[in-house]
Amino acid sequence: MRRTLIENLWRGRLTEPAPRITPAEPADLAAALDRVARRRLGRSLAIRAFDAGSCNGCELELIALGNPFYDLERFGLKFVASPRHADVLMITGPMTRAMHAALRLTHEAMPAPKFVIAIGDCACTGGMFAASPACLGAASQVIPVDLHIPGCPPDPVAILQGLIGFASNLSGTLNRAPVPSV
Amino acid sequence: MTVAPPIWQQAAAALATGAAVFVALWAEPAGDAAVVHLATRPHGSGAISVLSLAAEDGHFPSIARHHPGAILMERALCDLHGLAADDTPDPRPWLDHRAAYDFKPALGPGIHQIPVGPVHAGIIEPGHFRFSVNGEAVVRLEVRLGYTHKATLGLMRGQTIEHAARLAGRISGDSTVAYAFAFARAAEQALGIAAPPRAAALRGVMAELERLANHFGDIGAICNDGGFPLMHALTAGLRERVLRLSAACFGHRLMMDIIIPGGVARDLSADNAALLRAGLPDLLAQWRRLFELYEKTASLQDRVTTTGRLDPAIARRLGCGGYVGRASGQDFDARRDAPYPPYDTARFVVPGRTGGDVDARLRIRMAELDQSAALIDNLLAALPHGALQTALPTPAGSTTGHALIEGFRGDIFAHVRLHDGVVVDAMLRDPSWFFWPALETAIAGNIVADFPLCNKSFNPSYSGCDL
Ligand code: SF4
Repeated sequence: MRRTLIENLWRGRLTEPAPRITPAEPADLAAALDRVARRRLGRSLAIRAFDAGSCNGCELELIALGNPFYDLERFGLKFVASPRHADVLMITGPMTRAMHAALRLTHEAMPAPKFVIAIGDCACTGGMFAASPACLGAASQVIPVDLHIPGCPPDPVAILQGLIGFASNLSGTLNRAPVPSV
Repeated sequence: MTVAPPIWQQAAAALATGAAVFVALWAEPAGDAAVVHLATRPHGSGAISVLSLAAEDGHFPSIARHHPGAILMERALCDLHGLAADDTPDPRPWLDHRAAYDFKPALGPGIHQIPVGPVHAGIIEPGHFRFSVNGEAVVRLEVRLGYTHKATLGLMRGQTIEHAARLAGRISGDSTVAYAFAFARAAEQALGIAAPPRAAALRGVMAELERLANHFGDIGAICNDGGFPLMHALTAGLRERVLRLSAACFGHRLMMDIIIPGGVARDLSADNAALLRAGLPDLLAQWRRLFELYEKTASLQDRVTTTGRLDPAIARRLGCGGYVGRASGQDFDARRDAPYPPYDTARFVVPGRTGGDVDARLRIRMAELDQSAALIDNLLAALPHGALQTALPTPAGSTTGHALIEGFRGDIFAHVRLHDGVVVDAMLRDPSWFFWPALETAIAGNIVADFPLCNKSFNPSYSGCDL
């Protein structure tokens, strides 16, 4: 039974070709990275998702990156459970006061070199919650941010484009998408 | 209706005896003081009544004292408005995280605590779980939320209806359609208007697409937490295809901001309606094979049956709606029992079970997939022609409206008070307010390793309660 199922559902792959990459990052970021860091990371990035009070819309699209259509891991990009294993802290949400201490601890727990990416309008600017007394607003208000990917929520293709562009920058191969391994 | 304390106490007593169902408790600033509102409804009905009591000197008689299901909302409103609930069983702050927090103790030989969160291992919302465990078994779980508190209701005050509606659509992103629907209907009642028939039908289509997408995604995620990732990969693909259909038809994968007060912001073209009607049967056909897989995989069945059982009596006491209530013997669905367009003329079956375990909650959602797909097809087959929006009038003075909308989780209550076209008070109550305490009771006696599975089977929203 399982074989029929797999045959039928997987006839032809769901996974789609890599999205076209536009330079997602000012070139000075790549220049600012020391060479050792670049060599160590290669084009693979371990990402720790951090919900700084989002409405959960952005999380849904982060989760979608793992589905068979986008298959994030073929690009060497991987969500990890512990900040100790992470190169990238990926922040969603408008930085609530209640999550500020947790953000600091999570960021401190990451080994260097480490990067911060803001996902969604809330993390990029505070979004509709910028004026909230319970929020600190944009992630960049509390932590230096290396890359912003706006949208409410940004769709998975936009997130993928940003991430792949970023990883390419790190490895000094600007504008060259990593070759997916499928 | 503004009442004096004795009537307030009577209403609380009616909740305690189970004569009425608790809907929501919130407060509204009124000059230097505050007014506390209590919404209730009879069992099996959506006839909501709202009692209002002026909080004298910042105090009001506790509802939670009579009805434990109101504890979290009562604590939240006390934090938000600086009020005190007299004789409350739990005076600890909820949204206010400044002071140290005393978790409830669980005492006995060998019992120790496991703190988890607010940052979790996966990509999920932040919250803290304090497990008291004895060996493998959970003795007590206490949930501590408030990490995503954004003061959303406060941000609505003093804003236009349109702005507040956009905020409503961001209370819980997975239910953005249902929230926008609930807010729009409450605002329309306050304005004395109704959305045109075509808009009502399209709202129904979007609400059912949202239900399909979330059910597909969650069914797989629950099975994944039960150690069966194959299902996760396959239903994630089905969810993705629903989102893509939604984007093609309505211009946004989650359909955010498409339902607006007065109607809908976009039309559905005949081509896209045909696309939907052609696409959904294919997804459902694929799903049916997965359902077979679910039923025939013994190792998975072993994880989900008898796990995380919610006692029907507790589900009733708490007023649990949605798939959580319907899996534990509660027969309520706002679409049927508090009908609103387009469901007032639609035909569909509301599945019910009594097992109350992870399996029962899954099977409710599985049964709802077929119903939602059929609803969409029927709505599209008879899609009325005509306007998409009714213009919003600006009635002078103060008007109120409320609504009960069945989101994918369960019934969402919306209340809005307008003054000269400006929002002066709003409350949006997520079904998760009742899921969290239900989860706390359902997990007791289960092993710690089954917590993710149980939690996902309830799938309560964090942001929806933190507000
Ligand atoms: S950007 Fe939009 S989807 Fe993302 S957390 Fe903010 S409101 Fe939600």
